[in-house]
Amino acid sequence: MSDRGIPLVELRDISIAFGGIKAVDHVTIDLYPGEVVGLLGHNGAGKSTLIKCLSGAYQMDSGAIYINGSKAEIRNPRDARRYNIETIYQSLALADNLDAASNLFLGRELVTPLGFVDDAQMEAETRKIMGRLNPNFRKFKEPVKALSGGQRQSVAIARAVYFNAKILIMDEPTAALGPHETQMVAELIEELKAQGLGIFLIEHDIHNVMRLCDRASVMKNGQLVGTVRVGEVTDEDILGMIILGKRPDRGLC
Amino acid sequence: MSNIVTSEAGKKRPLLRTLEIDTRLLGMIGAFLAICLIFNLITDGRFLTPRNIFNLSIQTVSVAIMATGMVFVIVMRHIDLSVGAVLAMCSSVMGVLQVRYLPEHLGLGSAWIMPITILAGVITGALIGALNGWLIGYQKIPAFIVTLGGLLIWRNVGWYLTDGQTQGPLDQTFLLLGGVEGTVGSMVSWLLALAFSAAAIWTIWRARQAKIAHEFPVKPLWAEGALMATAVVAILGFVGILNSYAIPVGRLMREFQLRGETMPEGYVDYYGLPISVLILIVIAVVMTLVARRTRFGRYIFAAGGNPDAAELSGINTRLLTVKIFTLMGVLCALSAMVAQARLANHTNDIGTLDELRVIAAAVIGGTALAGGVGTIYGAVLGAVIMQSLQSGMAMVGVDAPFQNIVVGGVLVLAVWIDIQYRKRTGEKI
Repeated sequence: MSDRGIPLVELRDISIAFGGIKAVDHVTIDLYPGEVVGLLGHNGAGKSTLIKCLSGAYQMDSGAIYINGSKAEIRNPRDARRYNIETIYQSLALADNLDAASNLFLGRELVTPLGFVDDAQMEAETRKIMGRLNPNFRKFKEPVKALSGGQRQSVAIARAVYFNAKILIMDEPTAALGPHETQMVAELIEELKAQGLGIFLIEHDIHNVMRLCDRASVMKNGQLVGTVRVGEVTDEDILGMIILGKRPDRGLC
Repeated sequence: MSNIVTSEAGKKRPLLRTLEIDTRLLGMIGAFLAICLIFNLITDGRFLTPRNIFNLSIQTVSVAIMATGMVFVIVMRHIDLSVGAVLAMCSSVMGVLQVRYLPEHLGLGSAWIMPITILAGVITGALIGALNGWLIGYQKIPAFIVTLGGLLIWRNVGWYLTDGQTQGPLDQTFLLLGGVEGTVGSMVSWLLALAFSAAAIWTIWRARQAKIAHEFPVKPLWAEGALMATAVVAILGFVGILNSYAIPVGRLMREFQLRGETMPEGYVDYYGLPISVLILIVIAVVMTLVARRTRFGRYIFAAGGNPDAAELSGINTRLLTVKIFTLMGVLCALSAMVAQARLANHTNDIGTLDELRVIAAAVIGGTALAGGVGTIYGAVLGAVIMQSLQSGMAMVGVDAPFQNIVVGGVLVLAVWIDIQYRKRTGEKI
């Protein structure tokens, strides 16, 4: 991989255990700018746990995170945001009682010169970005619990995209979406990739993986089975890695 | 409302929607007016007199101040059962200082007694609140348990501070904060009423301008005008009533005598706004600003709506817990200040059962125990409703035990109505 220069993110030898169970066991993966790396595996394989070390939700027991080649200290979600790491969680992590703008800017509110939150300005910015991501979005005043699954998803995506993320983590972004919205997310991923972002994509749907990812890292029982170049392997190879933990004889990197 | 809905619904939109009035608020005001009218009927017009409205106002202040803080606590999915006990603790600190220590060192009637006393009370409340918040936020002990313990602890710590004795008489300047002794007079009251009215009009106007600046849909001008008119009428009406409550002639004569003058024949003067009510107004406005216009307030509501989301958004929810309980403690201290000044001394049973009144006020005012939802004005209105019920029944001559039965019933009924309301509007309960 050295021919590609310094990786945007390198998770090196990460381990984390919960009460004696090794959820992530000495896993090393990396991500380059303009690349989508799929994270695959059964439920409980440790994908979400691994990625939460990067987003600051969990603290790893051992290992190190390198961003642009230098060691990064990520102890909480604030630290992760400082490194321009944005995460779209599977649960979407929205405060249901607040409106779209309040959720989009949660923790990073725009304020007036007097230090009060500037709701009008935030709503205007929200309308702007939503106009780009989901032009049909109209419910700016309602609490997000009044929104459909797809609309909630677009709020979560807008939040990640708005703040100039360099590293984007998406945990099953299309799980709750219809075909049309799935297509929209796919197009967005292509667009962000073209802008040079690095994207970790946790995904169960093997077709989405084949379509969207450049490389795929497969985990099983907390360990890394291997990382393959998606273009050089078949569906069956990847399924074999997920189900049997069998490393294919081609495309490994 | 979104653009499409606005244009589709056109002129046929219901009046309430056009005015963008909270129907729950309207319901509460309706309930309050009904209570007033019924008691007024039963008491042959003695309930809605300037005198009774004045008394009602100053009796409500203590519970209402704490209820504004309880909104934040409940919105964050916690509870504070210790507010009555913390009030008693702060009151005992302030009582002991005024009666025993400060006069000894500063001289009786020193101008420093009041500020030092208040500061000491506020610090006491803040420290107890911070301790509660630390135990709840960082040590993860449920708020119910921490404050249930506090309910037993703090009143009795206060008992030891005072040896169980009533502390009085209090400092003369301090007594002004209670209400009866301290009113600002009719002239200042009218000026304040005008200032409040102007502020209300300005706030509504500025909100409209902000919307226009961002090209958001706005209410029709007449709707804004109607809102402004309602606000102004309510403010001027309330102050007008308090300004028509005349100070008894005997007291006026005493005041003139104290100054070595004789009272002119036919002289009248009016109470006007009590200082304690002014304190409540300031606190309610500040707390509303905090809830709606500050990051701190936004984080409280976010953490109440979804604690995990708040945490993942980089909000330090543990520290936030410490902050809201500290704020609650400070408000308990301010309540203690008003309560003991109104009663003119500190007694060990001051604020007994206040925790229940405060929680009831917040809940009647629409604060959801599930968290994430609540308003300051609702809580204040809830406190007013509770107090009118209680003093109305006392006026009618209802036995004390039966008063409590009614208040308890009303609390359960109010929550039931709230749940029905939320079901109908499709809100999560």
